[in-house]
Amino acid sequence: MRLRWVRRDAPPPLLTFGVSAASFLLALGAALVAFAAYGLDPWEAGATVVRRTLLDGRGLGEVVRRSIPLLLTGAGLVLALRARFWNIGAEGQILAGAVAASAVALFAPGLGVMAVPALFAAAFVGAALYGLVPALLKARLGVNEIITTLMFNYVALYAVRWLINGPWRGKSVTGFSYSDRFPRETYLSVLDGTRVHVPTLVLGIVLALGLTWLLRYTRLGFSIRLLGEAPDAARYAGVRLLPTTLALAALSAGAAGMAGAGEVAGIHHRLIEPTSISMGFGYTAILVALLARGHAWATLITAPLLGWVLAAGDVVKVSLQLPFQLTDVMTGLTLLLLVASEPLLTYRPMFARRPPPPDPGQAGRPAPSASGGE
Amino acid sequence: MELELLTTTLARALAFGTPLLLAALGEVVAERAGVVNLGMEGMMMLGAVAGFMVAAATGSLPLALLASTLAGVAVAALHGVIATFLLANQFVSGLAITIGGVGLANLLGKEWVGKPLAAPMLPFDVPVLSGVPLLGPAFFTRQYALTYAALVLALVVWLVLFRSRVGLTLRTVGESPAAADAAGANVRRVRFLAVLVGGAMAGLAGAYLSLAYRPAWGENITNGMGWIALGLTILALWHPLRAVPAALLFGAFFTLSFRLQAVLPPELLTLLPYLVTVLALTLIAWRGGRGAVGAPEALGVPYRRGERE
Repeated sequence: MRLRWVRRDAPPPLLTFGVSAASFLLALGAALVAFAAYGLDPWEAGATVVRRTLLDGRGLGEVVRRSIPLLLTGAGLVLALRARFWNIGAEGQILAGAVAASAVALFAPGLGVMAVPALFAAAFVGAALYGLVPALLKARLGVNEIITTLMFNYVALYAVRWLINGPWRGKSVTGFSYSDRFPRETYLSVLDGTRVHVPTLVLGIVLALGLTWLLRYTRLGFSIRLLGEAPDAARYAGVRLLPTTLALAALSAGAAGMAGAGEVAGIHHRLIEPTSISMGFGYTAILVALLARGHAWATLITAPLLGWVLAAGDVVKVSLQLPFQLTDVMTGLTLLLLVASEPLLTYRPMFARRPPPPDPGQAGRPAPSASGGE
Repeated sequence: MELELLTTTLARALAFGTPLLLAALGEVVAERAGVVNLGMEGMMMLGAVAGFMVAAATGSLPLALLASTLAGVAVAALHGVIATFLLANQFVSGLAITIGGVGLANLLGKEWVGKPLAAPMLPFDVPVLSGVPLLGPAFFTRQYALTYAALVLALVVWLVLFRSRVGLTLRTVGESPAAADAAGANVRRVRFLAVLVGGAMAGLAGAYLSLAYRPAWGENITNGMGWIALGLTILALWHPLRAVPAALLFGAFFTLSFRLQAVLPPELLTLLPYLVTVLALTLIAWRGGRGAVGAPEALGVPYRRGERE
């Protein structure tokens, strides 16, 4: 009897879910260990976190507030990951959207009721354009998109800092680096007593469902899926690389951009320090998208999950007086566990006396990836 | 006067280019064996914090360097197992290591933020050579031992990769793992070891930052250098010796950008190197036509015997 690992055609959905859930729970367990390492009673600390995030209205509001940008950005990233376009630049695209939205809010007065739609549209277009550059470089010249999108995160970060220290620095603010306050008509309506900006939340839900539809039923969705699963077959099937890549990059970046618009128009009401606008949403959204395993609708579950982790990070910092970097370590750990458990989904164990039959999916199978089959 | 500008620029370029060179060399070794390591930034940060903590606790630089190297190797082992033995997605694994590693390093270094190291690595003048006109002030005055170590390492990596059997095996594993396997090489072991070597160099790159270049702990002291090193690897066309001028060029760029302070606001200066990385990659791709130029054939593709990917 020998143990052999044989490639699966497609992992059973229940296993996919189980493995994802187990990775997440293990990382939570690690957080409890970290609490203990800091000399706290892990159960009590854990209970405090749960109480302050889930059992209290304001805390719950903070969970939802953080889920909003994660939902928009994560749903967009599902599209990119599905095509194996490694867009790591969501953080910068969120900022690009925030800048475009701020431009409308600050310099286009008198839009009245059209102000909010206008700033979301501007954010979408601005971020999409920003995201198109790496996509164009990738599709035309084969430039590695991981590095370019990442570099663009830093470019966006310092560009925003320049704006708030230089040309867009508020006339009415002294001693601080941020823009003037936006006019009232650009404020997004929020749920009473919380920072949950409703228009962006609705936009996120619509987007997650819309992208699910796009992936399943449209020609573009088909092209995106084929491009990710079998690039060679895609070519023979007549999928055109350039327009498909540009379209998915624009959608993915545009979604992130709208998340940025939501942050500045819904919460801060001015353009502020970039790390306070995004707080790493762009990186956490990668985890949201990976956990969703290729399904845009699943971000409706995974975004609140990670939104809760981020809100918990705040509780950890404020109530438990522990460093907030714990959340980064948690995010990294969840990602690591997730990726390390991948073989369980790609291969199944088999006990065989004789040499096993040839693997079912030998030629042309895509490399194991987070974008599970639909 | 202008001569002095030239020599100081070169000297600063060398000092600034050192961590980039070390990290890029590590990435060259890993990628030549076919494994992409996006965890460079995280490994550098952990190497930096490990070295700093040991130096602060013991005051011993050799121990600190050892700690940095081991920290890099330990995290690289994680990546190596995931990428080569579990055949899982190495992009996600590297990204996870960067996100978690940067977080963990900042967490560990929290109480040292802003505190200088009592006994940091000191720059020194190379005897005799520092007296040579032009070259002396440019390359042999007030540099750190790690800088010369990095240059020697570039040569060593080149010798091993291109002038030894081990190197031939490593490159074959990266180009055509099936052929290497057929020829009797242990593909997974070679890849795993290559990733470990890459991690060690990332750790050293971090050590250079926290022990020598800026011997006071600060949040995110690598500030994207790990990612720039990944760009440098491509720019150097996966060649250890070409990584030297590439790193110098970037070092010079960082330095020169500070001289533009009169014309450009500081935030725009800081973003230039990242923009230039993108431009450099674009230029390389443009000149080389479509597709990545000279990338190892099996880069980023896990190997399992009898399976075509």
